[in-house]
Amino acid sequence: MSTDVHKIPLSPSEKSHIDIDSVTIRFAGDSGDGMQITGTQFTDASALFGNDLATMPDYPAEIRAPAGTVAGVSAYQIHFSSQDIKTPGDDLNVLVAMNAAALKANIGDLEEGGILLIDEAGFTEKDIEKAELKSNPLEDGSLAGYRVIKADITSLTINAVKETGLKGKSAELCKNFFTLGMMYWLYDRPLNHTLKWLDEKFGPKTKYKNKPEIAESNKKALTAGYNFADTVELFTSHYRVKKAALPKGKYRKIAGNEATVFGLLAASRKSGRNIFYGSYPITPASDILHGLSKYKNFGVITFQAEDEIAAIASAIGSSYAGGLGVTATSGPGICLKLEAMGLGVMTELPLVIIDVQRGGPSTGLPTKTEQSDLLMAMFGRSGDSPVPVLAARSPGDCFAMAMEASRIALKYMTPVILLTDGYIANGSEPWLIPDPASLPDIPVNLAVAGEAFQAYARDPVSLARKWAIPGTPGLEHRIGGLEKASKSGGISYDPENHQVMTNERHAKIAGIANDIPPAEVMGDADGDALVISWGGTYGAVSTAVEESIKAGLKLGHLHLNYINPFPRNLGEILNGFDRVIIPELNMGQLKLLISGTFGIPVQGINQVRGKPFKVSFLASEFHRILETQK
Amino acid sequence: MTTTPAEPLTRKDFASPTAIRWCPGCGDYSILTTMQGLLPTLGLPKENFVFVSGIGCSSRFPYYMNTYGFHTIHGRAPAISTGVKLTNPDLQVWVITGDGDALSIGGNHFIHALRRNMDLKIILFNNRIYGLTKGQYSPTSGVGTVSPSTPYGSVDQPLSPISMAIGAEAGFVARTSDNDVKHMGEVFAAAAAYKGAALVEVLQNCVIFADKIHDPYVGRANRSETLVYLKHGEPLRYGKEMEKGLVMDKMSIRTKENPDESELLVHDEKESSGALAFYLSRLSHPDYPVPVGVFRNVERPSYYQAMKSQIDAAKEKSAPNLEKLFNSGSTWTVE
Repeated sequence: MSTDVHKIPLSPSEKSHIDIDSVTIRFAGDSGDGMQITGTQFTDASALFGNDLATMPDYPAEIRAPAGTVAGVSAYQIHFSSQDIKTPGDDLNVLVAMNAAALKANIGDLEEGGILLIDEAGFTEKDIEKAELKSNPLEDGSLAGYRVIKADITSLTINAVKETGLKGKSAELCKNFFTLGMMYWLYDRPLNHTLKWLDEKFGPKTKYKNKPEIAESNKKALTAGYNFADTVELFTSHYRVKKAALPKGKYRKIAGNEATVFGLLAASRKSGRNIFYGSYPITPASDILHGLSKYKNFGVITFQAEDEIAAIASAIGSSYAGGLGVTATSGPGICLKLEAMGLGVMTELPLVIIDVQRGGPSTGLPTKTEQSDLLMAMFGRSGDSPVPVLAARSPGDCFAMAMEASRIALKYMTPVILLTDGYIANGSEPWLIPDPASLPDIPVNLAVAGEAFQAYARDPVSLARKWAIPGTPGLEHRIGGLEKASKSGGISYDPENHQVMTNERHAKIAGIANDIPPAEVMGDADGDALVISWGGTYGAVSTAVEESIKAGLKLGHLHLNYINPFPRNLGEILNGFDRVIIPELNMGQLKLLISGTFGIPVQGINQVRGKPFKVSFLASEFHRILETQK
Repeated sequence: MTTTPAEPLTRKDFASPTAIRWCPGCGDYSILTTMQGLLPTLGLPKENFVFVSGIGCSSRFPYYMNTYGFHTIHGRAPAISTGVKLTNPDLQVWVITGDGDALSIGGNHFIHALRRNMDLKIILFNNRIYGLTKGQYSPTSGVGTVSPSTPYGSVDQPLSPISMAIGAEAGFVARTSDNDVKHMGEVFAAAAAYKGAALVEVLQNCVIFADKIHDPYVGRANRSETLVYLKHGEPLRYGKEMEKGLVMDKMSIRTKENPDESELLVHDEKESSGALAFYLSRLSHPDYPVPVGVFRNVERPSYYQAMKSQIDAAKEKSAPNLEKLFNSGSTWTVE
């Protein structure tokens, strides 16, 4: 098993436990190799063990790109720790590569001296050729800087499962569980969660009930992988990552899209309004549709519309009829929904629009993350058409922000845009389960039969109009996309009235600033610079700021969950800093908003590589900026 | 302000105070009057009617009805109505649209609302022209239509909204004209009674940009010769003395003078395949009399009912419970 490239000494002690704080592992293989399942299982086992963690799946846009090619590589990254962590990790400590293409696509992220676990069976001449490599990396010395652990995992798996009767390709498919078993041994994770999961997934109560060999052979592969790692001289020690000291309470693992679903369901219960979810399938937002479709017992109506336009249009129709209309999509879908959003603004109906951002423009990078829809969310409608814009900062935060978007939509009778992104939508983290009773009620302001009614009469504080739901006797009225007369809501082409109504629409949204939490500065409030982040970059930016402060930089950090309106104290905070730095996964969109709104220069850190920021990159940028501007 | 009016509703109850701004002589007026006359007969409280429209001259219709009304965006009324109806099934939802609104910019929504059998009453005002944008040709304009956008005549082929609706699996498909209010009232009443998506094409006159466009067949003077009235179970006869009829000749429909009763096509709006309705939808002036009346009226499964039964079954199985939801799957406790 051992070869020339595998001669770096592992550890002086024989199979001892070594305690470490954090580990970042990436499982990488072909799309058909089951890497997402492997990563998810490792994540669940780590979560149940009590680690803090953050994950990042990374999969190709094609369902099955040609096997063995770089285009077909699917990966799942997990960062788990005994400490509080907020990112899926920068450089990898461990890379699992099931074939040559997976190695080629991911080796650049493995730290120097990092562990590289390789299935030799994925490095045949044909595999090298498909990966478009000039030579076999297992033989050409290019892996000399890593701790390479090679095994013919495929053959080992076939042997391990042969007594179940599974053969050939079907037997080979269990190799991801063999690999998982090896990683469970290396990081001292219990097998029981995955064994149980395999029984639930493939056991007697499933559609595989007539194929007991499937559950059996995967369980055998898992156990065999664990025992193999324990027995064979591949590793001399294994590692222990102790439980994290998370705040007390009951936890579960949650992904961003899942948290969005929970937040919407909670908003429905707390407002007494049924969710109508109009949607058209699109990556990476479809999981919200899949999720909500399961909860019909909450009275949720999920409507898979004929297109993105019908998805939002039907949601507006529902809101008009008294439902909580919701639609979610990604950038290209938002483009199609903008006209209908304008109707929502003009008719002042509650509506939640979720944009799970991905790389653009156009079809762009469907499965990769980006933050480049901010200005479209702010301004992408005809006319002066303000809408509140919110952004979730982490997978778990999608819950709170989905509830908050619903609250603002219902209270202020307005469409609200909630921005998440592919990274937090698919990534997961431990989530402290809230007590439903502690979640605030969401009031709605209905027009009541028998009261004097004017469709556009406004509440003196919120400036919201009342919600007059069809079916209510005596409130028959007409609304639409034509400009409304102030108060009465009749059609009006009067120039003065248009100014009044435009002002009212603007003031209503601006006034929400009084109803949201003020911004807070973390880190050094008297620092040399203020770093501002928004959305899914929160974890990387806050970690980078903390590390930079430890390294001696004087930095404050402010994270925006609300971008329209900005928190009411933002201007005041900005006055206290000489310099402002805004890292974004776009070419400078919040930078434009902040510098334009407050008339201040802003230094951007901008990256669009389809991936989250690395903490190390941000920290070095903070240093560079503060050094060069001294 | 009570749920049931003390006195029966009348036409006047449905007249809105908004001044009507259609051109004098527009065919829309008679459609409005017919609708205001129909609603009091349907036995529903006034607050349960909703009119949803898109964009175009016809789409101003909701402003003129003293009911709930929603004037939306171009082509999207069927999609918006879908959300209205699914959220509040007690409402009777009427979609008001035109040939450009429904068949051009809104073609997709039109097809899918019909396919799903959403319980919507869709009234398509077909004047074969874009009126509100000042006279461009529409998807139902004949080839060669001279308009501001086609000064040398249009070159694209028109489509039939009736054929399109049948192709989209609509269960109720009918046609009437703005100059025959009695017929229009009967057709609207049949549409109102239908459980599901009902499409009514109204041959409507635009007095400014396509005046008398339908006159060659709906004109009062000779319409006994140019229209054939579809009546369920009755032979398809027309002519001043009803001396002409439609007969099947192999795979074609032919007109015939003094046909034998036995060879006449008999209209069957319940014919399940939709083949007869589709055949009839292909008959056009001047080769054939133009069919008016109900082409198709068959029961189809209702989207709402199917959806509701899933929701009811789910509720029956487990009541909504956030506590249970949040704690589903694997959990762990940090002491």
